[in-house]
Amino acid sequence: MEMLRRSMLFVPGNNPNMIQNAMVYGADSIILDLEDSVSAGEKDSARIFVRNAIEKLNFLGAEVVVRINTLAGAEGRMDLGEIVIAGLDAIVLPKASVKEVKLLSNSLAEAEMEKGLAAGSIKILPLVETAQGIIDLVEIVRSSQRIAGVMLGGEDLTAELGVRRTTQGEEILYARSLLALSCRAAGVDAIDTPFTDIRDYDGLLKDTRKAKGLGLTGKAAIHPNQIESIHNALAPEEEEISYSKRVLAAMEEAEKEGLGVVALDNKMIDAPVVARAQKVIKMAELSGLLLQGVWG
Amino acid sequence: MKFSAQAGFKEANDIHILIQRRESGGIIIDLESPVMRQFGRDIQRSIRETAERICGLENIYIKAIDGGALDYTIRARVETAVKRLNGGESNGDA
Repeated sequence: MEMLRRSMLFVPGNNPNMIQNAMVYGADSIILDLEDSVSAGEKDSARIFVRNAIEKLNFLGAEVVVRINTLAGAEGRMDLGEIVIAGLDAIVLPKASVKEVKLLSNSLAEAEMEKGLAAGSIKILPLVETAQGIIDLVEIVRSSQRIAGVMLGGEDLTAELGVRRTTQGEEILYARSLLALSCRAAGVDAIDTPFTDIRDYDGLLKDTRKAKGLGLTGKAAIHPNQIESIHNALAPEEEEISYSKRVLAAMEEAEKEGLGVVALDNKMIDAPVVARAQKVIKMAELSGLLLQGVWG
Repeated sequence: MKFSAQAGFKEANDIHILIQRRESGGIIIDLESPVMRQFGRDIQRSIRETAERICGLENIYIKAIDGGALDYTIRARVETAVKRLNGGESNGDA
C-alpha cells in the first residue's frame, strides 16, 4: 500500500519515554530525531538508542523515519553507520542540498547491499531549510529515485533570511508554493514546516488548511497533540469526496462499456483527474470519513 | 585510557549506567531498580551480556540506576557507556 504522510511527528531521539509512546497518537510517520533535539554530548548515545528502538519497538504501522545530522559533519555519517537497519523506512536529511542527497543516496545503496536490505528500500525525505535549498528545490526533488517527499523547514529558513516568522506565514509563501509545485511535478509528497505554538490548535488548523490550499500534502508535527488537527485540516471535504466517487463510478462504467473517453458533467475525465479522485477516496477512508459512513 | 564513563539518565523509562575499570574481580554489577524483585535478574543479565559482547574487558564495576527501562534501552545505555570507556567517543567522561 502506498504510504500516506499527512502527519510526521518529530520525537527526540534520546528520550525512551517519548519514543515508547510516540506510536499511539496515530501519526502517519514517526521521525526519531538525532539532530536538533539531541545535545552535542549525547549524539553517540542517541544513535545507539535509536538503532535499538527501530530494532525492537512495534511502531504500529507508522512509517519509521530518522532525522540524521547533516552529512557535512562527522556526526551525520556516524548516524548512518548505526541506524541503517531492517525496520528503517526513511531518512530526513537536514539542510539538504543536491550534493548531499546524492551522497546519502549512494551511502544507502552501499549500506543496503552490505546489510542484506532490499535495494532502494530506504527512502529519503530532504529537509529544505536554507535559501540555497529553496533556490535548488526543483533539482533537489529530482536528485534521487529514493526521494519520497520533501519537507520545508520554515524556522531555519526565516532565521537565515532575517525575517520574523509569523502565524500568517506570508514570509514562507513562496517557499511553500515552490515546494508544492516541485513535489507535484515529481510525484512526491510535499510536507509543510511544523506549527510551533503547540497550544494554538485553531492556529494550527488554519495554518494546515493554508498549506493544503497551496498544494502541500502533509505537515510535520512537534507535539502529539497536533496530529488530530493536522489530520482534520487535511481530510477531504464533503464535496471533494462525492465528486471523486462520481468520477470513479463514471470511469468504471466507461471501462465496462469499452469507452476510451469519459465525461462527467460535460467535462472530460482524464488520468490525472482519476488519480486525484482515487487519492481523495483513500484519504477519506484513512480519515475515517467513509468507514463511518459520515458522507458515505 | 579512561578509568570510567557513564551513559543514560536517571529518568522514567531510562537507566543511568556508570562503568569503571578494575584490576580484578570480574564483572560486578550494582543495580538499583524499582522493579528489582520482578526483573532484577533479567536486567543484570542484559547488562552483563552487553558489556561482555561489546567490551571484551574482564574486570569492570557497573553501577546501574534504573528508572524502569525496557530491555532495548538497558542494552543501548550499557553499549554507549562501554564505548565511551573504550574511548570510541569523547562524550560522557565520568
